[in-house]
Amino acid sequence: MLSRTADSLFWLSRYVERADYLARVLEAATRLSALPRAYGTGTNEWESALATAGCRDLFQRFHETPSAANVTDFLAFSEDNPASIRKCLEIARTNARAVRTALTSEMWEAINGAWLELQQMPAHADADGLMRFLDWVKEMSLRVDGSGYRTMLRNDAYWFARLGIFIERADNTARILDVKYHVLLPEHAVVGGGIDYAQWAAILRAVSALTSYHWVYRQGLQPWLIADLLILNQQMPRSLAACYEAIVGNLERLGSDYGRHGEAQRLARSTYVQLQNSRIEQVFQGGLHEFISAFIVNNNRLGGAIAAQYLS
Amino acid sequence: MAFDEMRFADGGIRPPYAEVARWLQGVTSAQLERRRAEAELFYRRGGVTFAVYGDAQGEERIIPYDIIPRILSGVEWARLKTGLEQRIRTLNHYLADIYGPREILKAGIVPEDLVWQNPAYRPEMAGLAVPHGIHIHIAGIDIVRVDGDDFYVLEDNARTPSGVSYMLGGREISIRLMPELYAAHRVAPIENYPNELLATLQSTAPRNANKDPIAVLLTPGQYNSAYYEHSFLADKMGIELVEGSDLFVRDSVVFMRTTEGPKRVDIIYRRLDDAFIDPLVFDPGSMLGVPGLFAAYAAGNVTLANAVGTGAVDDKVVYSYVPDMVRFYLGEEPILKNVPTWRCRQKDDLAYVLDHLSELVVKEVHGSGGYGMLVGPHATGADIEEFRQRLLAAPANYIAQPTLSLSTCPAFVDQGIAPRHVDLRPFVLTGADGIRIVPGGLTRVALRQGSLVVNSSQGGGTKDTWVIEDPEMPEARA
Repeated sequence: MLSRTADSLFWLSRYVERADYLARVLEAATRLSALPRAYGTGTNEWESALATAGCRDLFQRFHETPSAANVTDFLAFSEDNPASIRKCLEIARTNARAVRTALTSEMWEAINGAWLELQQMPAHADADGLMRFLDWVKEMSLRVDGSGYRTMLRNDAYWFARLGIFIERADNTARILDVKYHVLLPEHAVVGGGIDYAQWAAILRAVSALTSYHWVYRQGLQPWLIADLLILNQQMPRSLAACYEAIVGNLERLGSDYGRHGEAQRLARSTYVQLQNSRIEQVFQGGLHEFISAFIVNNNRLGGAIAAQYLS
Repeated sequence: MAFDEMRFADGGIRPPYAEVARWLQGVTSAQLERRRAEAELFYRRGGVTFAVYGDAQGEERIIPYDIIPRILSGVEWARLKTGLEQRIRTLNHYLADIYGPREILKAGIVPEDLVWQNPAYRPEMAGLAVPHGIHIHIAGIDIVRVDGDDFYVLEDNARTPSGVSYMLGGREISIRLMPELYAAHRVAPIENYPNELLATLQSTAPRNANKDPIAVLLTPGQYNSAYYEHSFLADKMGIELVEGSDLFVRDSVVFMRTTEGPKRVDIIYRRLDDAFIDPLVFDPGSMLGVPGLFAAYAAGNVTLANAVGTGAVDDKVVYSYVPDMVRFYLGEEPILKNVPTWRCRQKDDLAYVLDHLSELVVKEVHGSGGYGMLVGPHATGADIEEFRQRLLAAPANYIAQPTLSLSTCPAFVDQGIAPRHVDLRPFVLTGADGIRIVPGGLTRVALRQGSLVVNSSQGGGTKDTWVIEDPEMPEARA
């Protein structure tokens, strides 16, 4: 297939995935910010939402102090932010339109339908409108994801689209961990009580794993188990390990189909093996923060290798 | 009073419309309105849109769709089809001739300056043997009727005609939204068009091509007004939809950049005007084309469909010579009629046109899309005066034709069911193995009362066109 087509499929998926993630981050932040100040939340919750979304610097060019209103607007609707949810959906649709022939009509209609609905929505939203908007975003991503899953041929187009989802998802999960790692550190657990519970639950919510946690571990929230769930547990679809299982699988299929494996396959496999062979105790011993930082660098490097090998 | 394709002047129903007339009697406006809305939704959700240049706010629009089908009998179609084949064979002869031996000029049938001074004539093509001698692979010949007998050609559209996706989309809607009416007829299928197009393209591969020749569709990109159609056709043919930057030329061979490395391309169905295809030969500022493409073409290593320079027949003065060309190249009488045309470049014709501006349609020789024309009977005095000045300033830029009373068909409009003027664009495919035309074509309809302008850029809509088994033979029906 055309390199440009593969590139558009890859980024189309990434942007839809990112929109979904931003919706979850905003939802989690909204919940936290509504807790009493004694819970150590308040406005810095919005700062951390910006950090999690990776656009704190850009935000500061337009606003002084982060507040509920200006952060939600910036992350959800702003034209100034090239990675706001609205912009993500617009870019996803532009990519989809550029590669319509590679999409099934169901998938195109899911994306184009969402874009058309977006045109009808107000440019900003109050608190009530925001929650409805975020629900809509999550639903939209399910529609796009599901229509692709159910209708696309299992060939290179599908594998590139899937790769985009999982590279982005791995990046998102890692970013949440990167911003919030301090509340998962063992010394922090000593404090205990409702404060931590709120923070931990917020992390899990942002990756839609709060209920899953209980099914996997069958006990109350423990920080190291949360880290285990998000980093190493392959049952958890947003964990780094699960993302890499999918990335490796899709890259292997591409490599076999094209008859050539390259740098992308090698990098992905090496990260995956590392995740498979780690135990959470070792991760903490080596430093959670260091582990996550290294992962983000490697994940970006893999994105670059995929681009060099296939997309240009 | 215009010729109505459904009703005789005395109110009786023409036989091909028997079922439609019966159906229209039984259907309510509310039902029609509901179906019209569903049809619009079908287009909107599918992203079947077009862009109007110069219209900042309406970035993507849909073309209004009229759900009442237009009917042609099998007999009518058979004659039209024969005429179209004759016409396209003639035009292909003409192009091979003016870029080759120039017999028709030597014979004094077409004036030489009409060739040399035509901006769409491409001197680079002179003496160049195009693969299989085919210049116009795809034509969208605009046809109008003024009575029950004759078909007139309005334009030959030999460059990059569009609209076929609306023809195919319209049929999908008919089948979904009007099943009872559809089932009451035997309608010749058109959905094989992409198949026929692909077969046509593949038949014209250069002789040194891949064993299974690779065809691609070259689009200017997603901001082009016909982008939907480009993606639709590429999809239905299962070929890559490429932009200029996806292709490159090495050693006079065209390749596309793929995830598996470079891949040779043999046939390019290009929906990009001549001027943009190769910045090294034509418009140097073009970002849409492929540097070196023309060299590869000249070396015979790639087929361009249509060939470069086919616009030389879209000139409206050249048009007026097509009946002479039919006689010259084929030794036949033209089956399709030409609209009588006054060539303002000729003194007598100009004088006549200036005296009769309020009755005539005046068109730019190189214009298209319904822009830059004067429809005399509908124009204000000021419009006419303005055009008179333009004509006097550059008479050779204009031709004039009588205001044809285009035929009408029933359409569902705000006022209910009412006759509206229509034309027809059949798509004529020419391959190395013959001419293919799917029955019917795209019917365009001027939805405003009295309007004769059917162009989508000017508020026209489309209709599905049914070529039906002739009702004179009811025993053929189950």
